[in-house]
Parts: sequence; structure tokens; C-alpha cells
Amino acid sequence: MIQCKTSKAISGMGHSMKRKEDARFLQGKGHYVDDIKLPGMLYMDIVRSPYAYAKIKSINSEEAMKVPGVVAVVTGRDLEKYNLHWMPTLMSDTQMVLPTDTVMYQAQEVCAVIATSRYAARDGREAVRVEYEPMKPVIDPYKAMDANAPVLRSDKEGKKDNHIWNWKVGNKEKTDKVFDTAEVVVKQHMHIPRIHVASIETCGCVADYDKVNNHLTMYMTTQAPHAIRTVIALVAGHVGLTEEKVRVVSPDIGGGFGGKVPVYPGYVIAIAVSFLVGKPVKWIEDRSENLQADSFARDYHITVEMAGTKAGKIQATRFKVLADHGYTDASANPSKFNTGLFSIATGSYDYDTSYMEADAVYTNKPPGGVAYRCSFRVTEAVHAIERITDRFAFEIGKDPAQLRMDNFIKKEDFPWKSPTGWIYDSGDYHAGLKKAMEAIGYDELRKEQAEKRKKGELMGIGISTFTEIVGAGPSKDFDILGIKMFDSAEIRVHPTGKAIARFGTKSQGQGHETTYAQIIAEELGIPAENIQIEEGDTDTAPYGLGTYASRSTPTAGAAASIAARKLRDKARKIAAYLLEVSEDDLEWEPGKFSVKGAPEKSKTIQEIVFAAYTNHPQGMEAGFEATHYYDPPNLTFPSGAYICVVDIDKETGAINVRRFVAIDDCGHIINPMIVQGQVHGGLTQGIAPAMYEELIYDEDGNILNGTFMDYLVPTAVESPHWETGHVVTPSPHHPIGAKGVGESPTVGSPPAIVNAIVDALSPYGITHMDIPVTPYKVWKALKDKGAI
Amino acid sequence: MIAQSFQYESPRTIKEAIELLQKYGDDAKILSGGHSLIPMMKLRFASPEYIIDINRIPGLSYIKEEGGMLKIGALTREAEIEHSDLLKKHFPIFGDVTKLIADPQVRNMGTIGGNLAHGDAANDHPAVMLALNATVIAAGPDGERAIPIDEFFFGFYQTALQPDEILTEIQIPVSQHGTGSAYHKLERKVGDYATAGVAVHLTLDKNNTCTSIGIGLTNVNPTPLRAARSEQALFGKELTEEAIAEAAKYASEDCSPSSDLRGSEEYKRAMVAVLVKRMIHKAAERAKA
Repeated sequence: MIQCKTSKAISGMGHSMKRKEDARFLQGKGHYVDDIKLPGMLYMDIVRSPYAYAKIKSINSEEAMKVPGVVAVVTGRDLEKYNLHWMPTLMSDTQMVLPTDTVMYQAQEVCAVIATSRYAARDGREAVRVEYEPMKPVIDPYKAMDANAPVLRSDKEGKKDNHIWNWKVGNKEKTDKVFDTAEVVVKQHMHIPRIHVASIETCGCVADYDKVNNHLTMYMTTQAPHAIRTVIALVAGHVGLTEEKVRVVSPDIGGGFGGKVPVYPGYVIAIAVSFLVGKPVKWIEDRSENLQADSFARDYHITVEMAGTKAGKIQATRFKVLADHGYTDASANPSKFNTGLFSIATGSYDYDTSYMEADAVYTNKPPGGVAYRCSFRVTEAVHAIERITDRFAFEIGKDPAQLRMDNFIKKEDFPWKSPTGWIYDSGDYHAGLKKAMEAIGYDELRKEQAEKRKKGELMGIGISTFTEIVGAGPSKDFDILGIKMFDSAEIRVHPTGKAIARFGTKSQGQGHETTYAQIIAEELGIPAENIQIEEGDTDTAPYGLGTYASRSTPTAGAAASIAARKLRDKARKIAAYLLEVSEDDLEWEPGKFSVKGAPEKSKTIQEIVFAAYTNHPQGMEAGFEATHYYDPPNLTFPSGAYICVVDIDKETGAINVRRFVAIDDCGHIINPMIVQGQVHGGLTQGIAPAMYEELIYDEDGNILNGTFMDYLVPTAVESPHWETGHVVTPSPHHPIGAKGVGESPTVGSPPAIVNAIVDALSPYGITHMDIPVTPYKVWKALKDKGAI
Repeated sequence: MIAQSFQYESPRTIKEAIELLQKYGDDAKILSGGHSLIPMMKLRFASPEYIIDINRIPGLSYIKEEGGMLKIGALTREAEIEHSDLLKKHFPIFGDVTKLIADPQVRNMGTIGGNLAHGDAANDHPAVMLALNATVIAAGPDGERAIPIDEFFFGFYQTALQPDEILTEIQIPVSQHGTGSAYHKLERKVGDYATAGVAVHLTLDKNNTCTSIGIGLTNVNPTPLRAARSEQALFGKELTEEAIAEAAKYASEDCSPSSDLRGSEEYKRAMVAVLVKRMIHKAAERAKA
């Protein structure tokens, strides 16, 4: 049970306070970028390439210009005049804004049509004639590595192949040695397919350049408004848009999941056009454009191996990765981390030997990949380790739950240094799995399964016991384009004791307006409902790197807590002055200071704040404000124990997820209701790649499922009943002991589902299924094994 | 996802609607529920110059029993069919099928007439209508005519409806005692078209002999398909496991599905066999209830 230190009236940490933002969302009164309408606004639509790889022979806009309302067609050649036809990616690679010669992937931006209405812009788009000379694309990343593969990035001087980078970590020699002599070695190749965040709101912007004042206001769907402002200043500073002349506003956002971190060409074109014509320009993607062109996630081809003893002791792991980045490395990782935090792949197990290596290649597919509800490649890492752990258990004939119990890092061994160098902060993995097993009735299920197997029925039980790594990150290692990954909070308490607090992060549905208020309420005793939270406007909010990778609570949440503590220190001084006692004679309870031994002598936080404006001690700064930029000393390491039960219809391959128990450890919980909502959403986004979602390309680079008709986003109907629970081991280095939760379920659930499916099929010698596991794939696997 | 501009017409009588069809010919499309037409227009797969919205024509939405026939007006929404007590009583198959058509929002708008007139083998009602031996009533410049369902579906998105005709009603013979029907489709997720779908309508006498049988298949053929050889394998015979297996085998042989993201041709044929078997059992259970 969660213990609350504050009353319900204050609603600090632990209260399931209803979300403050929901009043507007549930009444359809949210304010999204497409709700913004400015006088004289123009509309932009984008002509996109039907080919994955082609030379552009000509772009003819004659007919388009005849469409009533069309005012301009903008090409790469037009942008080239201002040196705005190329831009950097967050990984310091390069990307075309609009092409001058060649298109590199299907749905790439070719040119933009500007018109006085959205309808005219679309009609104009249809009327643009582009002549292409198609070339044979490179789609398979393994073939991209071939010596005779065409060099795709010939724009890069001296580039002789399609290789982007090589990355390695761990001790190769030591690892190879353990593998050479191990009693048991299991190996599995797997593809973590290319998927898309598919947020309900697509990307878009309104670029509003004011020629008179040389000032740009950029309303846009971004998870990181401050970083974007800096990027705009870096890219467009040479035409006068220096950082003080740029304001980025991120209004309400309908889901981001990492897909709204990158800068897409559409944003840059809109800015360029607004700059040139001096009018606001709106660009809103439609669904198919979003799905087909915006950054993908995952697309890792992984070979994972595990070495251990016949008795079931894990001794070493080895990973080899091929990362398909498409046309450019447009990942949204911290700069020093090519593979993100993939090196968490050693998992929740106590062993000291591992080696990992990864290579990345260019192909003729859209660029990426973003960290989709995942702290930078942790989903890929967790899938690899949790699948191979099950394979190891199967190989030696040990129950996968017992194998995990036998190998877990022990509670008392934290902080624990992983073979790849991470310092896990805290955890109690045994307690988590025990709780999950009890909740689901593990032993009974195994008995039921044995009975069903005798009758030829297919039932499976799958486990995933994962360790997450979030809260990027400590400035020593973590930056994006050189900017350190701290985050910030600024709290201003008004004379009447009500507050406004602003942050460098940006909620996209996570409920920041509630949770941040609750953190401040916890520290200051001001009712959360009296604390207004603002984010997303770079003119008012303190600088921060934004919201993704479950970093908001670990970074900005910590900043809120520390800023509030600064204010509480000031409150203590004022209270001592008002009560005419020394500070040491005061004790704090949420909402007031009272004199030790004389509790009737007290001052509420509201009285103290009022005094800060009306009767502050001489020599003390008036007012009641504090700011903090929080640089985390370490990352946080949430964990979870998930168990899934599936029943499979042998004749059709249909998979029914009968039960799913998720026990999470996200440290101290701020709002249990919001956490539960996050877990439900995350689990649904976990079942998605496990059973439904994958962006599929044919050999010519055509996307085969570029609409929601065929890109299968699960709905409430496909979602099982999620059973959730918690183990709490607070993060020792975080001011409020919180760890972050948004991603854990997305990261941790796919292997639980796949392990359950493979467990169900194992009597027929099936040891692995690549995701998404569909009924057709199951049927085919059974058929190939002669089971049907 | 923005349609090309078009002219919108909203006739108040069938006569007016037919006149508009005569006037605009192939450049016009009829709008009923709109859940097939409008997405095609937004993707610009279809760009009709004229839209004739028949939603304001009164008297086209009803479910009634008349002279031994069940009559369903063309503008009857899927949601109304889903919740109709009359249909629940006579034809539980409508409960099966409507629950599998898209999602509640689509069912609130989509109409049974539109579902048939679209002529799409992936739609669910065609197979059901084949199983039920329905008759389609079409109104044209020369009055009404009745089209047996077996003569209704022609080819890819093609039906027996003439460019100046409007589908107005569906007629189904009311079932006698000992009749049962069932429909199921496999779909990748809610709202998807069928990987394979099967509708079965049968009558059993007291000796478990099949005295009437209709089997329709969804999305495993260029047009909605009647599994004729399967029907023959069961008609007048006792409903044994062997007979059912034979019917299932014939259906899987006689359809011609194509491989796509839903699965291979082989998989779809296998699923037709599984579903034929399962739907016959389900319909038989209902017949005996």
C-alpha cells in the first residue's frame, strides 16, 4: 500500500488525484497545432516520391500554379539559394530538406505546394508533374553491406560503402573464452521489425515569421521545444534567425512516443516559406504521410547468444546487431550513444561477462530510428535477453521462472555494476517475480498446461523480467548536439499562496500538469489544485531537453522537488522570523511550520508566502520563487516481472492472450492512477509489435502497409485485461525516489507474449518466433513442423 | 486525405435520385453510409464529379416481415440490424455478421444496401445473402425489378445494378422450423476485412437430414462466392462429420483466394475449410435449439 504524507486536500505524492488536464481534453477543448489559425495564413502540402530511389529529371509546376489558390511551388533548387536544402540530424548525420537531384526513399519530400487553403494545396499537389528516372534500390540491410552494393550516400565526399558506424562494448576476449568452454551455448537470430509510433495526432506546424520585427514564432508538434529552438538558430542563424529571435511553442500534443523529437523536412520548409513570404504557413501531415515518411523505430537485426552451465547458471552473453537506419541516421539518441542504451541487454541477471557489437547501414527506406516509448534501444535489448534466457531454460529443461530466480541480481547487491558498465541503482527482482507468479497462479497454470498438452491443446506461459534504464541523463555522458541532458523547473508562488511552475519538458498526454503539481504539493504543502503547470513555450519556460525516454520524472520531477525544497528553506527562515524563534526550533509538516513543543504556534505555507511579499525579514530577498536545473547523478533502473498466458487455436493459429500480469517497480509512485494508465497504455503498445505491427517493404522499397487499413494498431478489442501491481524499491539517488514508468510496459511486454507463444508451440519443436507473431505465422510454423 | 471537389445533390425521392443518375451517368456516385466511398474519395482512388446523397429520401430504412418475406430497407444502418429483435428471432446470423463489420462508429452509419451495392467481395453481407438466398430489389426509370442474389455480383466492384438504378430493398424468405444460420470471419484485428469468412444457413429435419443449405464465402474470391459443390454435398443428406468434412474440402478447393498480408493462398484455403466446418456445426446447433 502506498503511504501518503499529505492530506487529500493537498494531494501530494501517492494520491490518485484526477488529472487536471482532462477537463479540457475530455470536453474536446484541447488546443492542438491544427487548431491554430492566424490571419493571412497559407497552407502547405508536400509532393512525395513514389519511388524508393530515383533521379529527379524535372519538376513541372505549370498546371499546379493554375489551380485557384495555389501561390507557389517550392523545390530543393529554391531552398538551395538560401543554403536551406540540407539539415543536420540529431545524430550529426545529414538529411535533405528537399532534394535537388535524387530521392532516396518512398514518400520522401520532393517539393512543397503553398496555397491559400488546405484544399487548394492538395489539388495543387496532385497537379505537380515530376519526372523520375528510377534506380534499383537497396532495401535489405545485409545486402547494403555487400562490397558491390551501390553507394547510396554519394553526397558524402569519399563515401565508399553504406556503412554508418561500428559500436562495441564489453570484453570480447573474456567473453569468447567463456563461450568456448561453456557447457551450454544457445544462439538465436531475431529481427525486431521496423514499426511506427502512430500517435493519434500527426506532425505539423505553423511557422509565423514577422518580417517587421525579424521574429519567428514556430508552433509545432515537438517533444523538445527548447532543443528545437537551438537547432533552428544553428541552422538558420545565417539568415538572421538567431536564438533570441525564435520562439517555439509546443501546444497540446496528441501523443509523441519519440516520434515528435526529430526535426522533419516539413517544419523546415514551412519556416523557409514563411521567412520568404512573410506570412504564417501551416503544414499538417495526413495519416499516411505520417506513417510512411516520419521516423520509424526499432529495425534491429540481432544475433544473441547465451553461455551457461547445465545446472542453469548464466555465465556470459554475446550480441551482434545490424541496425537499418534507412536513408540517414536520424535516431534521437544522446550523441555519444550510437545504439542508445542497448548495452542494458545484459539484463537482470548476475554474471560479469558480455560483449556487444553493432553496425549500422544506409538503405533506401525512410530515416530513423526514434526511441518509441523506449529509452533508446532498450526494447530491442530486453527482447534479445529475455528471449535468449527462455531459450536457455528450454535447452537445459529448467522452468524459466526458476532459472530467472536462480540468476537474478540479489536485492542486497545493489548498487550493482553491469558487465557493460552501468550502475543499477536499486531493485528487488526476486520479490517482483514472486509477486507476479502468485498473482497469476503460476504453479496451477503449469499443471493445467500439462493436462492440455496431453489433449493436444496449445497453451503457453511466458515470462519477462526486465531491467529498464531511463532518466537520461548525467551530463558527464549525456548530451544531444552538445547540449547536456539536464532538465529544469521554475516555481513561482503568488502572494495568496497559489503557484505557477514551468518546466523544460513537454507533456504529450503523460499528465505532467497533475504529477508535477503533486510533487510540489508534497514538498510545500500547497494543494496541488492550486499549482498551475506550464510547459512548451520557450519564451517563458526554463531550458530543458524535453520529454521522451521516460526522463521527465527522473529529471524535471527531481528539479521540481529540489526547487520546492529551496522554497521550503526560505519558508523556514520567514516562519522563524514571524514566530520569533530560531529556525532549529521549527518543525515541518506538509503545509506548515510549527514550534517544537508548542504546536499551537505555527504558520501555514500560505501565511509564510504572503509574508514574503508583505513582511519579509530585512536583508532577505522579497518574493517566493525558485529555479533548479537538475543534472542527475545516475540513470534510474526501473524493472518489472511480467507473465502472460496464451491459448492458441491450433487450426487457425489465432492467439488469445488469456491473462497478463504486470508487476512494475518504478520506485516511489507519484499518482497511482496515472501510473496505472501509463502501464495500460504501454502494455497495449507492447502487444502491438508482439502481435500486430510492422512496416513492410517490398524489394523495390514500396511500403505495403502505409495506411491504418493494413498497419495494424491494436484497439480496445485486441487488448487483454491487464492485471497490474507494484514492488517499490526507491531510487536512492533521486530526490523523491521515483524512477519513471512510461516505457517499462512497452519495453518489457513483447518478450513475455512471444515467450508464451513459443512455450505453447514448443511441443512441436518450435523454439523461436520473430515478431509480430500473427495467426498466419503460427499456422505456418505448425504446418512446417507437421503438427497440422 | 482530402477529396477532389465535387457537386453535392440531395434528392428527396427515389424518382428524383434516378433522374439525377440519368443526368450525370458515370460521373455520379450514390452516397449512403459513405464508409467505403468516402475513404476512396479521400485517397483519390475515386473522384466522382457528383455525389447523390440518398440519406434524405424517406422510407428506405426498415426491417419488417411481410407475406413470408423478411424485408430490409437499403438505408437500414448496420447498428439497427445488429440490435433488431425481429432479426435476432429469425436470423441470428445477422448478429454474427454485424458485430464483425468494422467498429460501432462505422456501423452507426454504414448501410446494408451500401454494403451490397459496393460489390466488394471483402464485404461481409454478400456471403450472408448468398447463404440466405436473398433477392435484391432495384428501382430504375422503368420501375422496380427483383434480382436474385446469384445474379447480383458480377466482378471486381461490379454488380447487376445499372448506372441509373438504386438498390432499395433486400428480401429474404422467412425461415421455417429447424433452420439455423451462422457467420464468422477471421480478421487480423477489429475493423479488418476478412482473411476468410463463411456464412452458413441450413434446415435440418428430425432425422438430421439437411433439407436446405446455403453457404457463402467472404474475401476468398474475386467476387462473393457461393460454395455450390459444398451445398450439393450436404443437400438431402444426413449431416454427418464425413459429409461436413467433404463440404469443407470442396469449399477450400473451389474458392480462389490470393496471397496477401493476411496470409498465403494455402492458409486462406485451409481457413475456409476450418470455418465451413465450424459454421455448419454452429448453424446445426441453432437449428436444433
